[in-house]
Amino acid sequence: MKIYVPGDAAAKALGADDVARAVVTEAAARGVEVTVVRNGSRGMIWLEPLVEIVTDQGRMGFGPMLVADVPALFGDAEAHPKALGLVEELPWMKRQTRLTFARVGVIDPLSLAEYELHHGLKGLRRAIAMEPAAIVQEVTDSGLRGRGGAGFPTGIKWKTVHDAQAPQKYIVCNADEGDSATFADRMLMEGDPFTLVEGMAIAGLAVGATKGYIYTRSEYPDAVSQMQKAIEIARAAGVLGASVLGSGRAFDMEVRVGAGAYVCGEETSLLNSLEGKRGVVRAKPPLPALEGFMGRPTVVNNVISLASVPVIMDRGAAFYKHFGMGRSHGTMALQIAGNVRFGGLFETAFGLSLGEIVDDIGGGTASGRPVKAVQVGGPLGAWFPRELFDTPFTYEDFAAKGGLIGHAGLTIADDTVDMLKMARFAMEFCAIESCGKCTPCRIGAVRGVETLDRIGGGDASGIPLLTDLCETMKSGSLCALGGFTPYPVMSALTHFPDDFTATHKEAAE
Amino acid sequence: MPLDESAVLSRVNEILAEHNGMEGPLLPILHAIQESFGHVPQAALPVIAQHLTLSRAEVHGVMSFYHDFREQPAGRHVLKLCRAEACQSMGADRMAEHAQRRFGIEWHETTKDGAVTLEPVFCLGLCACAPAAMVDGRLVGRLDEARLDALAEELR
Ligand SMILES: Cc1cc2nc3c(=O)[nH]c(=O)nc-3n(C[C@H](O)[C@H](O)[C@H](O)COP(=O)(O)O)c2cc1C
Ligand code: SF4
Ligand code: FES
Ligand code: FES
Repeated sequence: MKIYVPGDAAAKALGADDVARAVVTEAAARGVEVTVVRNGSRGMIWLEPLVEIVTDQGRMGFGPMLVADVPALFGDAEAHPKALGLVEELPWMKRQTRLTFARVGVIDPLSLAEYELHHGLKGLRRAIAMEPAAIVQEVTDSGLRGRGGAGFPTGIKWKTVHDAQAPQKYIVCNADEGDSATFADRMLMEGDPFTLVEGMAIAGLAVGATKGYIYTRSEYPDAVSQMQKAIEIARAAGVLGASVLGSGRAFDMEVRVGAGAYVCGEETSLLNSLEGKRGVVRAKPPLPALEGFMGRPTVVNNVISLASVPVIMDRGAAFYKHFGMGRSHGTMALQIAGNVRFGGLFETAFGLSLGEIVDDIGGGTASGRPVKAVQVGGPLGAWFPRELFDTPFTYEDFAAKGGLIGHAGLTIADDTVDMLKMARFAMEFCAIESCGKCTPCRIGAVRGVETLDRIGGGDASGIPLLTDLCETMKSGSLCALGGFTPYPVMSALTHFPDDFTATHKEAAE
Repeated sequence: MPLDESAVLSRVNEILAEHNGMEGPLLPILHAIQESFGHVPQAALPVIAQHLTLSRAEVHGVMSFYHDFREQPAGRHVLKLCRAEACQSMGADRMAEHAQRRFGIEWHETTKDGAVTLEPVFCLGLCACAPAAMVDGRLVGRLDEARLDALAEELR
């Protein structure tokens, strides 16, 4: 009997380790031989721990599983109270276009053999047979844009590094996923780490870099150990090392762990941190592509950007590009979170409306109350009211509505949310996490908290002050921490003015 | 109990040696030291500084930039509660108040018996099963008052 019990951190946080142990114990007690595979999560977090049993028809799902539900798995499984049917046939799975996450939840994350059976390493093999400039061109033609937030075309960044002359170049993977409501990087690293290894190796071949770093967070211990194991396995198998898959070209990589600073997700702050310095943001120019890690040409890309490269190289640029809408090509891994009935990761082509995502896919709130607001793009993203639910999920459409898609995290809040309090939190977060370089960010955010407290206390004269302050932060900040904190603040004020009126009770911490 | 300074120094020197040849070794070194001692002892700073040809102030400056590094030991257990938006939408503020009342401490404080230190954290990547917490490296999703009380009993 083969049973999958996710080893994903969210599944574990919901009891997957206990369930896995119970499966082994129960099987032993019954004298049944089982193989337990700790797969990644399918992304249906509301069903975690989601256990799967391999049958002749396919993989049957059961969830959300408790330890007490385990014995019945060994009886008439179809009559199990938590039976979900074939996992691949569930509507949530069938509606997706899984390109980057095709293997996550499906394979044993640390089996290179299974990885290859599921099309792994095909992109890298193709890249090895190509000229570096042709790889860069393929990525450019795919229309892939940075999934870390800014949406910069990945191929163009690679070309700059490719064209630069230097004795050493680097690939740095930004896995510092600090935005609230995001966990795609984490799920990919835990559920299919070889995809990131392969994507980084292709990037290395494309730009002439022989060394890669994954900079991730101390809040992600499972992802750290999973990536480290995958790198060792890949090295032992010759996927990494002095001669990548026997190509005669070198690429190797290692994992580095941050130390609890949100701003280190900003690429230049990240590079300083990687060099062992304070994570202060650097002024640009010079671009990291020309003077990055250790002053050398460096590709800095998000996990999902790099992990989308293998499928692009395998299936071709045109295949990837035809998904999406307008200038937002390919797929995006939506992370639907907060007060939501069906929360999790949903990979789909760009272009669904926000309302479809929140109401149809997410199923509305977990509390059953009306959705009041959705914050898209993490702590620097705008809050969207229902009136804007027809906005298509693309970089351009969200920008046009005064927002951003960022790393595609969505925080759903019901009608009990106090938007003044959320605005205050945005300012407080900026004050706590500011790298300290710019006055408008460092001091402005503290003033923002004070001003919001005045408004909360009934002093309406604070509102124009807040608006001015946001203007100053927008124009006078070096990076998007100070520069974009006005998005959540001003969107809260603009779309939910009633929460900022005199009758409103004082905002408590 | 104060740490024996020569024991600290010999372990720090081992750690420094293990990180020889690394590009940008300071954060990995500080993590390894904190892993060994539960905090970064003052006595370690000049040794690290000399080894990396930095000033002591520079090393201290780096250490103090990051929320993770401690100058003082924490309690026997560290309870981190997520304070970020997705968790707030599912009652993180209520969880924080409950924990603070239950343990009688504020953020960053340790209970008098030295059992628990309470720390805020901004996102654990468990935003679809909020509110989230981390107890000494173990993750907890869909936290509620009952789970918190059970944890409080456990963390003695
Ligand atoms: C405050 C701040 C935090 C950021 N955090 C992240 C992050 O956690 N992950 C990420 O990939 N990009 C983050 N970014 C964006 C990076 O600076 C950079 O644009 C990105 O890593 C480039 O990779 P991409 O082109 O593949 O998106 C952040 C930016 C700012 C200003
Ligand atoms: S905006 Fe804030 S975080 Fe960004 S560089 Fe300026 S002070 Fe640092
Ligand atoms: S760059 Fe100097 S104050 Fe912002
Ligand atoms: S917001 Fe709390 S875990 Fe992400």
